[in-house]
Amino acid sequence: MAIFEGSVSDEASAIIARYPQGHERSAIMPLLYLAQSHQGYLSREALQEVGGLLDITTAEVEAVATFYSMYRMHPTGEHLVNVCTNLSCMLRGAKDVFAAAQDAAGVDQGHEVSDDGLFSVHEEECLGVCDFAPAVQIDFANHDGVSPERMRELIAELRAGGVPSPSRGPSMESFRHASRVLAGLEGEAG
Amino acid sequence: MVEFERRLTRDWNDPSVVGLQGYVAKGGYAGLRAAMAMGTADLIQVVKDSGLRGRGGAGFPTGMKWSFVPQDTGKPTYVTVNYDESEPGTCNNRELVERDPHRLIEGTVIAAKAIGCHTAFIYIRGEYLWQSLVLQRALDEAYAGGYLGTGIAGSDYDLDIVLHRGAGAYICGEETALLNSLEGLRGQPRLRPPFPAVEGLYASPTVINNVETLMNVPDIVARGADWFREQGTEKSPGTKMFTISGKVERPGNYELPMGTPFRVLLDEIGGGVLGGHSLKAFTPGGSSTPLLTAEHIDVHLDYESIAEAGSLLGTGAIMVMDETDCVVAAAERMVRFYAVESCGKCTPCREGSWWATRVLNRLENGYGREGDIPVMHDMGTNIMFRAFCALADGTASVINSSLKHFGDEYEEHVRLGRCPLKPEPAVEEAVLGA
Ligand SMILES: Cc1cc2nc3c(=O)[nH]c(=O)nc-3n(C[C@H](O)[C@H](O)[C@H](O)COP(=O)(O)O)c2cc1C
Ligand code: SF4
Ligand code: FES
Repeated sequence: MAIFEGSVSDEASAIIARYPQGHERSAIMPLLYLAQSHQGYLSREALQEVGGLLDITTAEVEAVATFYSMYRMHPTGEHLVNVCTNLSCMLRGAKDVFAAAQDAAGVDQGHEVSDDGLFSVHEEECLGVCDFAPAVQIDFANHDGVSPERMRELIAELRAGGVPSPSRGPSMESFRHASRVLAGLEGEAG
Repeated sequence: MVEFERRLTRDWNDPSVVGLQGYVAKGGYAGLRAAMAMGTADLIQVVKDSGLRGRGGAGFPTGMKWSFVPQDTGKPTYVTVNYDESEPGTCNNRELVERDPHRLIEGTVIAAKAIGCHTAFIYIRGEYLWQSLVLQRALDEAYAGGYLGTGIAGSDYDLDIVLHRGAGAYICGEETALLNSLEGLRGQPRLRPPFPAVEGLYASPTVINNVETLMNVPDIVARGADWFREQGTEKSPGTKMFTISGKVERPGNYELPMGTPFRVLLDEIGGGVLGGHSLKAFTPGGSSTPLLTAEHIDVHLDYESIAEAGSLLGTGAIMVMDETDCVVAAAERMVRFYAVESCGKCTPCREGSWWATRVLNRLENGYGREGDIPVMHDMGTNIMFRAFCALADGTASVINSSLKHFGDEYEEHVRLGRCPLKPEPAVEEAVLGA
């Protein structure tokens, strides 16, 4: 089924209108977020549709989509758990936090999604929260100074169907919800 | 404690400034009002006179950058705010906007007015999801309050600001990669010249400035260049945001006058090295700047003094390591970052960073070979200044500076066949593992 139909197609038009006339291609990044918010990743069909909206080839869209780590090219867990292990976080024990996340979520090294489809776990580069290391983002909402024990609690809460309150900013219900916020279509600063 | 006048952080304990009313009540948008009555030449001149230098890493004089923009080409001009903040160890732009978003909008409007621009962009890294919402709310308020849009603050000047979210790529902080990304292309750097000031976004004259740089501008316009120079040093005037993190008691973002001794930041403000340990090494300006050591604890934090000590002020991001931390492990993690983030355009960076990561990884894990250290020296020399953009100089800086200051520690890894800072494996384990 096509993504950009009906109200979604109106949203796509509004996104394109953010950019100066003649420079519609600048809208590709928010459009990819919008597509991702529907499928939880970017399928071949999604790339084709975005290409159609911008009058560029699927290959050109794919070249952009694969360049950035926040676009997922494969089905992703309902929740995306990102653990920074860059230096400031590593010095404060991030490797153990990452291991705890993989273990608690049931995502083995080299696997993308847990068997129950709930989680993807990524080792991340500096998230810009070095002052609260080790830094974790769940569906791009921040959790500060996370210990391995706290990591397990967070994952248990998600598994029980809850949404843990982030250290700052609004809660994100899921990876797909966060993708919609990243498209600039909703979200309150709080 | 250091006595100084807070500028960028003066309202950090007042959450009301996050809203437009609170910001205006504290004197906000006074610089913007003054700027509306000033011509291009005067605006550029006051910023030149202030000596403000770009806070994004390179320290390029801001007024001079603005003056390079030709305003008579018949093309539009653009201001692009670099809020990609992804240099490891750096998070001051994040907090500046969280706590005072209107100051960034005000600085952006003034920069735009100075180069006759009517559409500006803020490129924010995707991971700053909440910050993008804080900023969007402030932008909406500024439009409603007449500080953006048509006829700004009663003048005949119009400006729109578009918020653009990135999607997780460190290289997009490099200004020409940022422009490609904003144009909807892969975020790879462009050949220069032409420089963005002449041919930037949409092949039009473009100014790219860091968030902290622009947040200094409103006060410079409202209070004057001499006021700005009252703090800091002759060549590095003003205050600077520093992020101190890693093995420190009180990690955080702190504003200090340029030229403040590092010892003051570490001991008085940061509360000293975590847990009473001793300082071993630190990055003065993010992971791309050469490591300094305990020997450099008295270095002053300004462009010139840090250069004299053999490093760079960079983003002012200090990551602290203590005597229990292994420099080879740290180098491995930092170089792996550059390997992951390399855009793949050129060979020394794409291949060199991967190979260096592999060698560092085997050294740290006890598989170091006799020739590994010369190989590391070789790679450092062959990457430095030989790649297409400055990302790879970061890779080489980690390699070269860690070898320079901690060559013995590298040798120990090879000699012992393990990391000397990790506990020695128990005998059985060592035998079984062999
Ligand atoms: C790999 C790389 C990453 C960079 N990342 C950033 C960044 O995240 N933010 C930033 O302001 N400048 C960054 N820069 C520097 C920019 O290219 C540019 O010099 C800066 O935005 C100019 O603004 P300023 O003059 O106000 O400092 C980066 C440079 C390189 C080479
Ligand atoms: S140095 Fe690295 S990041 Fe820069 S252009 Fe070359 S490959 Fe890309
Ligand atoms: S090093 Fe982990 S957030 Fe910066």
